[in-house]
Amino acid sequence: MNKNNAPMHRRTLLALSAAALGTTRAHAQASSAAPELIAAATKEGTAVFHTSIDLPVAQKMVTDFQTLYPGIRIQLERTGAERVLQRIEQEYASNIKAADVVESSDVTMFLGWKKKSWLAKYVPSEVARVWPQDEKDPDGQFASVRAQLSVIAYNTKQVKPEDAPRSFADLLAPKWKGRMVKAHPGYSGTIVTSTYATEKALGWPYFDTLAKQRIMQVQSASDPPKKVAQGERSIMVDGSEYVVFYLRELGNPIQEVYATEGSPLISGQVGVMKDAPHPNAARLFAEYVFSLRCQQLMADAGGTRSFHPDVKLAPGRKPLSDIKVLRSIPLELEASVEEVKKKYTEYFGV
Amino acid sequence: MIGAWRRLDVSIALFALVALVLAILVVLPIGWLAWYSVTDNSGHLTTANFVRLVADPAMRKPFIITFQIAIGAALLACAVAVPLAWLVSRTNLPARGAIRALVTASFVTPPFLGAVAWELLAAPNSGILNQWARKILNLDDYDYIFDIYTVQGVIFCIACYTFPYVFTVLANALENIPADLDDASHILGGGAWATLRRVTLPLVLPSILAGTLVAFLQALTIFGTPAILALPAGFHTLTTKIWSLFQVPPQPNLAAAAALPMLLITLGVLQFQRWLLGRRSYVVVGGKNSPPRRIQLGALKIPALLLCFLIMLGPIFLPYAALIKSAITNNLSDPLSLSTLSWRHLNFILWEFSGTRDAMVNTLILGVASATAVTFIALVVGYLAHRQLVPGHRFLPALAMAPIAVPGIVMGVGLFLVYTRPPFLLYGTLGILLVAFVTLEMPAGFQQVQAAMRGLHVELEEASRIFGATRMQALMQITAPLLRTTIIATWSIVFIGVIRELSATILLTTSNTKVISVVIYDLNESGELGAIAVLGLFLLVITFAIVLLVNRLPILGGRPVR
Repeated sequence: MNKNNAPMHRRTLLALSAAALGTTRAHAQASSAAPELIAAATKEGTAVFHTSIDLPVAQKMVTDFQTLYPGIRIQLERTGAERVLQRIEQEYASNIKAADVVESSDVTMFLGWKKKSWLAKYVPSEVARVWPQDEKDPDGQFASVRAQLSVIAYNTKQVKPEDAPRSFADLLAPKWKGRMVKAHPGYSGTIVTSTYATEKALGWPYFDTLAKQRIMQVQSASDPPKKVAQGERSIMVDGSEYVVFYLRELGNPIQEVYATEGSPLISGQVGVMKDAPHPNAARLFAEYVFSLRCQQLMADAGGTRSFHPDVKLAPGRKPLSDIKVLRSIPLELEASVEEVKKKYTEYFGV
Repeated sequence: MIGAWRRLDVSIALFALVALVLAILVVLPIGWLAWYSVTDNSGHLTTANFVRLVADPAMRKPFIITFQIAIGAALLACAVAVPLAWLVSRTNLPARGAIRALVTASFVTPPFLGAVAWELLAAPNSGILNQWARKILNLDDYDYIFDIYTVQGVIFCIACYTFPYVFTVLANALENIPADLDDASHILGGGAWATLRRVTLPLVLPSILAGTLVAFLQALTIFGTPAILALPAGFHTLTTKIWSLFQVPPQPNLAAAAALPMLLITLGVLQFQRWLLGRRSYVVVGGKNSPPRRIQLGALKIPALLLCFLIMLGPIFLPYAALIKSAITNNLSDPLSLSTLSWRHLNFILWEFSGTRDAMVNTLILGVASATAVTFIALVVGYLAHRQLVPGHRFLPALAMAPIAVPGIVMGVGLFLVYTRPPFLLYGTLGILLVAFVTLEMPAGFQQVQAAMRGLHVELEEASRIFGATRMQALMQITAPLLRTTIIATWSIVFIGVIRELSATILLTTSNTKVISVVIYDLNESGELGAIAVLGLFLLVITFAIVLLVNRLPILGGRPVR
């Protein structure tokens, strides 16, 4: 989130790998929230949480929070990151300040809101204590709550492992025509970022050719894994890695592939709104989502990757250090978001 | 005399109030819409929006596709509704009541829910019907018979839930043809088929056309079905395109310009329809002298019944079966068996997911409030106009009927432009949705009331007045009980309309004013089809329960005769 990008990414990667390898440090499970904050939050009784985390995972977080703090009810608003952006921008344009805590996989949204000073300065204690420098806003307005990859995946009942694509280039093979699904950058922050990163690596001509493969176009990055699991399409071009993980654990025949060209890395941020109608409940919830308890829950239940050094990677999941990733620089991404969406629509028609 | 003057004053005040409310409801959003369409972001006059509509292929293409879909869906709805309506209202087909009930159920089913169900049935690879087809016909692994993600698929899905409009208009007309005309034809030697072809059909042709035009307008302006089925196929309709113009950075001016043609087309079609139905007046010249004679189907009884049930596979049997299956199995790809049964989706929607409760509460509040408000306004307007109590009473029905020309998404854009800024800051409250629903449902409600008022002679009230009742007493004791069925029908129709609405709602909802239709749309966006199945079935159960309950409420003269 600062400009000196190259070292940042190396450090980020190290942090994630450390987390992945489970560099344990004894730390209390319970949240370290101050009793005054809990009391004030309980008095408010509720908070509105907007997120682009896939609904089953987000609901698990909310339910767990509500078990920890029975007096507080979280209103969960889940939709694609670009629609989170659209909704809150619309609400703020009409002077409706309803959002308390916002999570989004589109980092440029937070960069924009920081400029508009819509975000509160609030650094949750775990973020202050153990978060990598590069995964938190230097002014304390937001921090990365999760990282994930956008991956290729295939249905293991429909595609044999030896036939499965290994790279983005493989997806252009005629045999996959009409058998692939992908998400849309107009709705998904993950896909804005991954489209940008893939375009950087392969150029727009790649998408031009890809668009001719009669691809099923869905909206959220959570949807392609579900279409593959369901057997509607055999291969997903892009989509959320963590959804692939949890669907497989539910018994679905789906296997992720880390493209040889690299898999786009996306981080989701959390920030508290400055004009949050429930400022204390919002801060308590922010404390919670960065706590080891929630971070481990997200990693186990969902398969998101954490920046918390004490989070242990579930067995069977490849550590990030073993994967070639494509990184995006937030400020560069911010400058190209509109262009990415526009070009994409030109190639794919919607 | 003084009393009479005071009464008149009250009537005039009421008239003025209702006229003002109706005018605000319609004129304000359309006015803003028109203004936005000819201005740019900074409020300067421009024609750029319209130029872009014509010049930009990304805007032009949705227009063409939308027309294809609307024409296709209207023709299909017509092709299905005509035999169905004729069989139900003119023949001795068995189980006519059941078939009518199934048509009503198709009307109650929200089209977006039907679209999700048809995804489960006819997606090319995972669709249940395609899986069966592959097994039965021994097809290759990725061959398929049906593909719901196509223009044809969208047409089919829309027709499934718009044919009741054609059916209702037509069944009504068929029942109004006096048997005398049939008899005349028979006496002159015409057989059953000759009568059908040369008497019945020409008489109801205007109704068929009128109903088909309603279906055309519905298909033209629908949002849910193409949003669910067309986007995956990689094309936009006009409504989904307008919706996409609200993505950041929003382009409300272009959206307004794109919505206006829809308004104009609707106005034109409605004018044409009125002209058609106006010509029909000779149909009932003979009056309802004797009840229509039912044609004896004889050996064709069973095939005809089979045809009806075959038609009902589309809107009801198959989709409901698919929804129930998905609601109770663990993963979508699982076959239905004891080992794959799961409470997962039920548990998630009914207990875990916070959105269910909030949205259900909002939906019910809005449904009840809109239905009550529309029924009340429609009754007042109907009464004032019918009894000709105030000068200028002729304008009220016109005002009440005006929103019929405004498609949901156009109203959505208009209301969004009006109520997201001072002085009317309704966005973010249930108020804006209430305004939207009341406006959109007013014509349907008013049509019901108007029809009933026509059948009520004023002499009943006058008799009551002669015996010393005040006007209010006469209203409450005589007129209201006679209108009971109408009131219930109006209320139920509006309530169902609110449950079905998505195209205006999607633009007007906020995090604190979510309704079930929007939650279902959001769930679809992330592919939670199992959860949608549960929520959709839950919504339907509640809708049916409320409609049944309202029908049994002892309101308005439900008391026994003395």
